[in-house]
Amino acid sequence: MSEENGEFVVRVENLKKHFPLRKGFFETLVTRQDITVKAVDGISFGVRKGEIVGLAGESGSGKTTTGRLLLRLTKPTEGSIFFDGKDIAKLGDSELRSLRRDMQIVFQDPFESLDPRMSIKEIVAEPVRVQKVARNEEEVEERVKEALRDVELVPPEEFMMRFPHELSGGQRQRVAFARAFILGPKFVVADEPVSMLDVSIRAEILNLMIDLVQKKGVSVVFITHDLAVSKHVCDRVAVMYLGKVMETASSAKLIDLPLHPYTQALIAAVPVPDPAYRRSAVISGEIPSPVNPPAGCRFHTRCPFAHQRCISEEPPLVEVEKEHFVACHLYT
Amino acid sequence: MSTVLEVQNLTTHYSTLRGWVRAAENVSFTVAKGQALGIAGESGCGKTTVALSILKILPQGGRIRKGKILFEGLDLVPLSDESMRKVRWKGIAIVFQGAMNAFNPVYKIGDQIIEAIQIHESDVDKRAALERARSLLELVGVEPDRVDNYPHEFSGGMRQRALIAMALAANPKLLIADEPGTALDVIVQAQTLKLLRDLKDKLGLAMVMISHDLSIIAETCEKVAIMYAGHIVEYGDADAIFKEPLHPYTQGLVKAFPTIHGEKVRLASIPGQPPDLLNPPPACRFNPRCPFVMDVCKKIEPPLEKVGSGEHYVACHLY
Repeated sequence: MSEENGEFVVRVENLKKHFPLRKGFFETLVTRQDITVKAVDGISFGVRKGEIVGLAGESGSGKTTTGRLLLRLTKPTEGSIFFDGKDIAKLGDSELRSLRRDMQIVFQDPFESLDPRMSIKEIVAEPVRVQKVARNEEEVEERVKEALRDVELVPPEEFMMRFPHELSGGQRQRVAFARAFILGPKFVVADEPVSMLDVSIRAEILNLMIDLVQKKGVSVVFITHDLAVSKHVCDRVAVMYLGKVMETASSAKLIDLPLHPYTQALIAAVPVPDPAYRRSAVISGEIPSPVNPPAGCRFHTRCPFAHQRCISEEPPLVEVEKEHFVACHLYT
Repeated sequence: MSTVLEVQNLTTHYSTLRGWVRAAENVSFTVAKGQALGIAGESGCGKTTVALSILKILPQGGRIRKGKILFEGLDLVPLSDESMRKVRWKGIAIVFQGAMNAFNPVYKIGDQIIEAIQIHESDVDKRAALERARSLLELVGVEPDRVDNYPHEFSGGMRQRALIAMALAANPKLLIADEPGTALDVIVQAQTLKLLRDLKDKLGLAMVMISHDLSIIAETCEKVAIMYAGHIVEYGDADAIFKEPLHPYTQGLVKAFPTIHGEKVRLASIPGQPPDLLNPPPACRFNPRCPFVMDVCKKIEPPLEKVGSGEHYVACHLY
């Protein structure tokens, strides 16, 4: 991967997060080994200014953990996280506090991520208050109104007074975006921001996100399990499986010419609203446990093209053509 | 083609402090043996209300105010609770949304399936019930030995399958699946829906599938009913409706779906929101959001009428 930190707002190198598993008393006596869940196991990628990079994968792929690592909501086990050129992987809480103005998150669940006892005004004002960036109450209120206008919740005076339960799922997500963007961050992680909304509402929220990115020049990491949405929303996509990146490319390239068998399987599994279309060749089985990932290439247990080398040797992520990286022995 | 379920003019309201919420009105449809009907619509359109009405398990305040629900010719609406109990699970079974998280974590999967069998068929002994549980798991593609596993030892997809197995435990004629694809990853979702299709063919099961996701309905159902604000606005063969959606709302729903193949485009959505069902808009409930709205739409409610020669009905003044 490119060495120029300058062009990347956020860049990770060989990032790992292993969670220790607490086992029962007898098990720790008998097996002396430490058992860990290797949620993220050595990934590297970067996000440029104004870019929307998709992190795609199924449950258990490590994408949400990666999102949390990027924002230092959790500490990595190994590896570096470069934010604006500075490695934040090992920073302490007090040093991170001022950086947090520049990095924010939008969560998946619009019903759980807003405190039901706080008014919309208080929810959106909270980051401003915590970071102490407003001089007085009037300024706080002005900033909240502007944030609500940015997410098209108008008139803001009316929405400010309401409580989350009075809003629809889509409106609540708009509030979540307002809260994430109010401090003018450089970087936002959006963790499946529309997967809990009806399909007919998703488009407007995604378009809102794209507009905000263009208007404010923010970089976004967009976590999703829906490749169809990634195509229309992301500039580039990284496909993750069991804690590793399998393929990275521009969204158009990835969808139209997927190289990794896992990417191909994911695309074949995407549903299409056409009765004549049948999802073809859906691969069998489910994701193995991240406690004991398969040796060699992690996907070999489900891969239709697996051969001897795949079982013994893990394929490195290599650039097969410009800006298109694959980790697969079919291409090494 | 034998009809398993015929719903006629079903009207269900919820009684609240502020008045009656008109959740479902004049809903009519039929489902034949071995056929799947998809009920599609946004959250709040009344589709789950219809499902709960069929099984008469509406929450407090829910009331069927009018209509008939004919299950194999028998009207369920006037049935007493005791008579309904004989219909539930054995005649009609339901798989709820996100229900794979509803397994009791301290009991084995097998024991929970056995419990379902024994509650509805008290003459079955434990050994026979266990045998049935094992063959049910096999039917849904889970190794029969896993009857001894606890829910946490099953993945999400397997729990969904186990739940379907449990729903089929008493050999129902009709299976209702409420949002069967939600909360599942695409690959597992595809496997689960394929399972439902296979079961439908193998067992001659009639199915009602409820979802806001048109793609899973397109994939699994032969007939579709599109619901909006408590009304069915379009109804008929899935092929006809997807090929040529007539109702502006259906057209909006189809357009809102991001396609994986094809150009990268700016996604389309339907502006506005579904109405408050305490006070729905007059006449056609879609009129405030309809791009083709005319004066008559605000005055006269459009009836559901046949269009063309095939099985295709639409409730819209444009036709």
